Amino acid sequence: MTAHDGHPARFGAPPSKATARVILVITAILFLLPIVAMAIFTFRANGGGYTVGHYLDLFNPALEFNYDVLFQGIQNSLVLCLITAAIILVLMVPTMVLIEMRYPRLRRIMEFICLVPVTIPTIVLVVGLVPTYSVVSQLLGSDAWTLAFAIGVIALPYAYRPVAVNIAGVDVRTLTEAARSLGAGYLSIMWRIILPNLRRGIIAAAFITITVVLGEYTIATFLGRTTFQTGLVQVEHGDPYVAIIFALLALLFGFVILLIIGRVGSIRPNNKD
Amino acid sequence: MTSLAESRGVGENPRRRGVRVGTLRASGAARGAGPGVAVGWIGLVPFGVYALLFLAIPAVLAIASGFFTVDGAFTLANFDTFADPTTQKDIIGSVGLSAVTAVVGAIAGAIICYALLSMRPDGWIRTIVDSASSVFAQFGGVMLAFAFIATMGNTGLIGVILNGLFGDNTYTSPLYTVPGLVPVYLFFQIPLMVLTFMPAMEALKPAWGEAVATLGGTRRTYWWRVGIPVLAPAFLGCTILLFANSFSSFATAAALISQGGLISLDIFRASTSETVIGHANEAGSLALAMVVVMVVLMSAYGALQRRAAKWGNR
Repeated sequence: MTAHDGHPARFGAPPSKATARVILVITAILFLLPIVAMAIFTFRANGGGYTVGHYLDLFNPALEFNYDVLFQGIQNSLVLCLITAAIILVLMVPTMVLIEMRYPRLRRIMEFICLVPVTIPTIVLVVGLVPTYSVVSQLLGSDAWTLAFAIGVIALPYAYRPVAVNIAGVDVRTLTEAARSLGAGYLSIMWRIILPNLRRGIIAAAFITITVVLGEYTIATFLGRTTFQTGLVQVEHGDPYVAIIFALLALLFGFVILLIIGRVGSIRPNNKD
Repeated sequence: MTSLAESRGVGENPRRRGVRVGTLRASGAARGAGPGVAVGWIGLVPFGVYALLFLAIPAVLAIASGFFTVDGAFTLANFDTFADPTTQKDIIGSVGLSAVTAVVGAIAGAIICYALLSMRPDGWIRTIVDSASSVFAQFGGVMLAFAFIATMGNTGLIGVILNGLFGDNTYTSPLYTVPGLVPVYLFFQIPLMVLTFMPAMEALKPAWGEAVATLGGTRRTYWWRVGIPVLAPAFLGCTILLFANSFSSFATAAALISQGGLISLDIFRASTSETVIGHANEAGSLALAMVVVMVVLMSAYGALQRRAAKWGNR
């Protein structure tokens, strides 16, 4: 795209470097503003002036029970990350591979199922999840980890895409046939041929699932469970400073995770076939 | 390898002997043959059951519950909520908020995509913009609301600066009202536009620009005759997607506004106030209305994306 650089007369879509820089710098300032405001806010003293007291409060045993709900929420959300990622990796990925290997006609159906949560948004789905979870609670208890089933569903559209893109770039059928002609069995093909070739898509799917779980608020609040986000909201009412410290850290953490996904994804899959 | 597969007894297939005899024949005979029949369709069952239990059933329950009373008798009474002035006001609020943030977000996002065109597609600026966009568009929610409490809240940065300049109590935060949500929503709408519109922008072929230049056209000619007409379906589609995104979003608004004012907040209130007799399943009728709107919007988005893809595949 930058092939025209240095040409005296530009043509086509790309703007000049100067125009692009002006637009991007304005954008960066606007989008950094609330992040910087968060950082400043965490140092603001209650009566005015600035302090590091809010950070110290976190380690103050006398105030610990104020933040209990947040720490409990973080703990629950980390467990949810593991289980939800497992649901994606154990249920969704193998099903997509199997469909590619044996039932390519079902590909459209799989895509449809995985993308339905875009059209039926979480705010609608939760209305039906409330009665569903009254049954789930009877069977499995009402611990927070059971939310993983519901969150796994809303993670499907995000997790599906990177895996589908990866599968489309790898000729699963030819690889399978080649492996079979060499006498490999199903598990061997799956473990030694397919999974290594889909590594990038699978890693991206796992990471994006983690961000979905950590950012999830709607399901947890409808079902009245304590997760990171519901904990944040509860703590914010009493101590906005601590809530914003954690929100800021989480935003930065999410940015790092998505940066990793970006780097993993942008390395072009040049695997020799 | 062979002995491994045989000793495990998986992938049992009578044709395998033939496969080893001649590769040419094998590629024909083995087409469609993956693992053995046993691991075949049974392997589809776990995911199917999962999608049924946690996607299909909740979706049907959500929509169908609007047609029933709490005791399970069929009724249309839940739809009376649409005659309620409060509900009507909140629907207008949702539509207005979504329309404003979709149009402003689409235009601002498109301008950012335009600027990104002159950056290297695999460079660090693009990587940072992509990751930051995902954070704001998909991860934010509650945390984005908090960012704006720190920026525009009563004790936020803007308030502190204004009060410092013009004396105490000059600033009253607009944040906790529906119009006050506009800037907050733009912070996930603009990034979503960047994520969804950028592929269309990148699909503009350099050759078209060269062709216009060869024929004596200026860049204005290029945008007016080529760029805008080619991008129009994708732009419209992405604007619709933004509208749908805002219309169905809940977390950001819920973290800032405790009363109603938006249809998604009404769904929450109706769904959690089961003590108010006769109102519990109004959440179902509101959910149905939202699904109808979403299906229409997403169908339009899909159609426009297909229209836009016409140029991408050349």
